[in-house]
Amino acid sequence: MRIASFAGAIEEALAQAMAEDARIVVLGEDVHALRRNLLARFGQARVRSTPISEGAFVGAAVAAAMAGLRPVVEVMLVDFVSVAMDALLNHAAKIAAFSGGTWHVPLVVRAACGGGYGDGGQHEQSLWGWLAHIPGLTVVVPSTPADAAGLMLSALRHSDTVIYLEHKLLADYWLDSMGSGGRKTVHYDVPAAGARGPAERVWKAVPIGEAIERRAGDDLTIVSVGVGVHRALEAASLLEQRGVAAGVLDLRTVAPLDVDGVCQAVAKTGRLLVVDEDYRSFGLSGELAAVVLEAGVSVQYARVCTDGTIPYARALEDQALPNVARIVAAAMGLLER
Amino acid sequence: MQPDLMALYRLMLRSRLLEEAVSELWREGLISGEMHLGTGEEAIIAGVVDHLVPGDAMALDHRGTAPLLMRGVDPVLLVREFLGRPDGLCSGMGGHMHLFSKAHLAASSGIVGASGPAAVGFALAAVHLRPGTLAVAFFGEGATNQGMWLESLNLAAAWRLPVIFVCKDNGWAITTRSSAVTSGELTSRARSFGMPAQEVDGRDVLAVWHAAREAVERARAGAGPTFLHARCVHLEGHFLGYQLLRIVRHPVGEMPAIFAPLLRSAFARRGAPMRARLHSLRTIMGLTARTWQEQRNARHWDPLVHARPRLGLSAAQLRELEHEEARRVHTAIERAQEPAALQGDVA
Repeated sequence: MRIASFAGAIEEALAQAMAEDARIVVLGEDVHALRRNLLARFGQARVRSTPISEGAFVGAAVAAAMAGLRPVVEVMLVDFVSVAMDALLNHAAKIAAFSGGTWHVPLVVRAACGGGYGDGGQHEQSLWGWLAHIPGLTVVVPSTPADAAGLMLSALRHSDTVIYLEHKLLADYWLDSMGSGGRKTVHYDVPAAGARGPAERVWKAVPIGEAIERRAGDDLTIVSVGVGVHRALEAASLLEQRGVAAGVLDLRTVAPLDVDGVCQAVAKTGRLLVVDEDYRSFGLSGELAAVVLEAGVSVQYARVCTDGTIPYARALEDQALPNVARIVAAAMGLLER
Repeated sequence: MQPDLMALYRLMLRSRLLEEAVSELWREGLISGEMHLGTGEEAIIAGVVDHLVPGDAMALDHRGTAPLLMRGVDPVLLVREFLGRPDGLCSGMGGHMHLFSKAHLAASSGIVGASGPAAVGFALAAVHLRPGTLAVAFFGEGATNQGMWLESLNLAAAWRLPVIFVCKDNGWAITTRSSAVTSGELTSRARSFGMPAQEVDGRDVLAVWHAAREAVERARAGAGPTFLHARCVHLEGHFLGYQLLRIVRHPVGEMPAIFAPLLRSAFARRGAPMRARLHSLRTIMGLTARTWQEQRNARHWDPLVHARPRLGLSAAQLRELEHEEARRVHTAIERAQEPAALQGDVA
């Protein structure tokens, strides 16, 4: 079987979809360089570089989507989506509701997310919980090349706005640009199974809103997303050596949450450990506890998340982001209750 | 008041040498993530910062090292911050894009355009609390299309605030040619907000100094904001490891990984007509050619090269000056890397 990189899979899926659907256009900062392969194939009319004006071009992409285009709008890093937040919060997310369901915004907002390469707290956030909080926005966070391609295809076919987040530790070109810069003297903890993986000849869509079991285990269920899934899998291997069978569920989509999938997995083990690179409070980790309780599933619960602003210093950053040691400790704590 | 060219040159030289040493630390892997240098914009920074007095504020972008150094921040603290040490300027929490010195009222941001509103706020506080002081905003021309930046010009002008907007225009918004995504002229843009705007040669520290003096006098007198537009070249590109520079400097190593997929894609079935595809390839090649050209002419744009013959020093005196500053920087870099437990003499 062919092997694809995470970034290559996204690009192949996009190219596949762009070849089939002339309404798909890519716009955003520096896309002539970031998406140079798409530019070379589909031309400047469909791969359009913007000024650094997120408020204007994301807002424009919303209306362009309303008027029939299928824009993939890029803001480089999800941290910068803050500058365009009005377009998403007050417009993209609400127009379907405001129009009584008659007018949709089929927009894909693509951004790199996540930390682990020492770039500081304005460039390393996750923010999927913050975005998922808004009714009307769909948020996907793939953790493997196949899901990266498959969720991109689904996002491009979705009737409403999808926020598509690619983690910089998985997308090699981002890590090279922002973390390594061509150096061989720095090393970042890249999850191998996420950065490269088996590839389809023709990529298949992965349904939005479906979690997937990455590892079976009867003692507890670790629920995560993005790079956290790989950290959880590593932790699960270590836990196995201690005689603990930890299952790992990869959400893949943050909103809408796969409530049934989560509840089924958690009901079997009775223990839920959330690993979330996003901020701890008022976000995905708390939401998972809420939906499980609402469904009447009784669980022991713990979470490993990011507390506070992400530090620049690598040693501090490694402690701030969910790491394997913290996950193992939290799992053992859960089992000892 | 007349400028002291020797003092300005020393500031620029110190900043250059420090940033060159920082880039060495980055290459050795001792600094993680990105590193945006200010090499090439030293004349703009020095020519403005030289006018600042205690109580004046600086709103900085992601290239804060040079302005903070020239404003008097200890280089040891800066370097320790880049090294991510707890005894760094910001305890290792910020890194080079998020440098803060409350004592100097200097605050950075890694969000393009954010120095506009920050300078307006600093100036507002100045009017209330420190009459006669002002705020400087440093930013690149890439920031001038950002909504918050344009709104800041309006706010500063409407409230007649003591702000100096300083545009360090290198013509590139990362890899995007700013001319391709910017309408009109920046000075006429600023003038349309009702503030004076001046073009100044960003290589020439004296020219910047004189332009800044006028702006500073206006601001201190309560006559409102000024816009300065200075062109420059970033000698190390957008940041260290900037891909266009890597292609130009190491074509054999860098080109195959980029051009093989590019050409495969350009000739893939289904897509734009061939004419459009060739146009795309020309665009991409054009950026590389432009970068190559800038690098070839780097000396022409280097503010230190520009200032040297005007100092009236012999070659030997210039060398001596350079050695002296190099020793200072070397000492600072060494001290920055001392084990934390051994020092105790740092503020």
